[in-house]
Amino acid sequence: MPTKIWQPIADIAAGVQNGQLKASELVAEALSIIDEQAEFQAIIAVTPGRASQRAAEIDERVAKGEQVGRLAGVPFIAKDNFLVFGAETTAASNILRGFKAPYQSTAIQKLEAEGAICVAKANLDAFAHGSSTENSDFMTTKNPHDITKVPGGSSGGSAAAVVLGMAPFALGTDTGGSIRLPASYCGAVGYKPTYGLVSRSGVVAMASSTDVVGPLTRTVADAALVLDVMAGQDPLDSTTIERQESYADLSDTDLTGKKIGIIREYMAEGLNEGVRTQIETATEKLKNAGAEITEVSLPTLPLGLAVYYVLCPAEVSSNLSRYDGQRYGFTVTDAKSLDESFKKSRSQGFGKEAKRRIMIGTYVLSSGYYDAYYKRAQIVRTKLIAEFAEAFEQVDFLLGPTAPSTAFAIGANADDPLQMYLTDIMTVAANLSGVPAISVPAGVSEGMPVGLQIMAAQRNDKQLLQIADAVEDILG
Amino acid sequence: MADLARDDILKLAALARLDLTDAEVTEYAQELTAILHYVEQLQNVDVDGLKPTNQVTGLTNVMREDTEVDYGYSPKDLLHGTPAVENDHIKVRRMIG
Repeated sequence: MPTKIWQPIADIAAGVQNGQLKASELVAEALSIIDEQAEFQAIIAVTPGRASQRAAEIDERVAKGEQVGRLAGVPFIAKDNFLVFGAETTAASNILRGFKAPYQSTAIQKLEAEGAICVAKANLDAFAHGSSTENSDFMTTKNPHDITKVPGGSSGGSAAAVVLGMAPFALGTDTGGSIRLPASYCGAVGYKPTYGLVSRSGVVAMASSTDVVGPLTRTVADAALVLDVMAGQDPLDSTTIERQESYADLSDTDLTGKKIGIIREYMAEGLNEGVRTQIETATEKLKNAGAEITEVSLPTLPLGLAVYYVLCPAEVSSNLSRYDGQRYGFTVTDAKSLDESFKKSRSQGFGKEAKRRIMIGTYVLSSGYYDAYYKRAQIVRTKLIAEFAEAFEQVDFLLGPTAPSTAFAIGANADDPLQMYLTDIMTVAANLSGVPAISVPAGVSEGMPVGLQIMAAQRNDKQLLQIADAVEDILG
Repeated sequence: MADLARDDILKLAALARLDLTDAEVTEYAQELTAILHYVEQLQNVDVDGLKPTNQVTGLTNVMREDTEVDYGYSPKDLLHGTPAVENDHIKVRRMIG
């Protein structure tokens, strides 16, 4: 378990800026912890060359008296679906093995501009398709609390890395819960912003209508600072939205009078009793702190997963069509025709889950089935969005568990893809409706972390981070 | 809606440019059928008067000036991971007989 509890990110950056800490020593320390914790298989590749060079430059700039930035010398780890210099970008897939980014993602560029240093690339389910990292074409990451269990996914390597103390923060992507679920399973804070708040440029696309970029951290304040650096419109991603003022400034929030709705559908039958107990205990504490707790019902929520597992594979099948063996990545050499090259490169390059999703997506988008599946799912999505809007007229925040259980055993869902999909049942709705959501640690059940999920209306990211910060204080 | 048979799977695989092994065809026929049965619950929802949602934050037609933008990459930078290149273009096998 953790060999290092990093200081708050703002303190590390201040320490580097005032000369008390050296970026080069922080990078060396992060790389050494990554090495020590190798048995958890959280990391696909390290970037020691580029990281050391950047650290030396930052230390030099500090010595000259220059202002480096708000993340000066802070090491971080990027999920391996971010285009980053200094290592390959594989998305944990064989088809991208060996691929080197020709440019960096906007999120990485913004972090680097404030002095942060990427030290490693984290494992994930290949192309972010999964809830456990077992779909990685390379290896399965282990849960830091129990090596026989999964870390959750798809950002499982990022969540495990943060909990194992490899770096003060990691980046993830969340298409149907891929930041919040591993945060919940590993005991980290995982933040999914409003859709479009952080640029997706330079991130390997999964389902473009729900993909978001967000941080995994030890604390809400750290997540807020990282988000503050990354948020905002980007000419390279036309779906980005205008940012609010600072997200990093989390003044002490008083819970008195805050209206919080407990989601009835998430507390229904099927919720693990240990998780239920922790969520009810947390709710009680928030009530004692002055929050107005009510029960709220969103009747369409239980259909969210069905909507998601039509729309997501549809978008996946479209986004993965670019992997054709001609543009970049794996290609076969023995094909006799272009069509054979497409087929062989894709068949040998894609793993099982990617193929499964391509097949489902192709089906629901095919002529004759489009209206019954794809269009129908888009209409039910509208209904879900309307229920969220109605709920946020009654309450400021919605609250419930992040997942119906704690981390499951490696291999437990390996033969049943539908069962694996069901682990996302409480996270997909935020993606479908575009609202921000956060998972914060809320105690343990039988030794495994439980995550509390809080959601707010679209674009209320600041309010959500403020309340999550207060909740974190109360839950201790 | 009907269960997916082996022929359906083979047709989908052809559309998606995937060559599947016999074992994969059998496996996907079962798994895709189970997944499609699960999503069938969407058929029973009352959606009277509702329109499909394609974009959640209300953006439409985001435009930029039609001018040349220099992102600082050369064609060579962008093509360095491409399996076959000729004169800064992606080279593929013959398409027309």
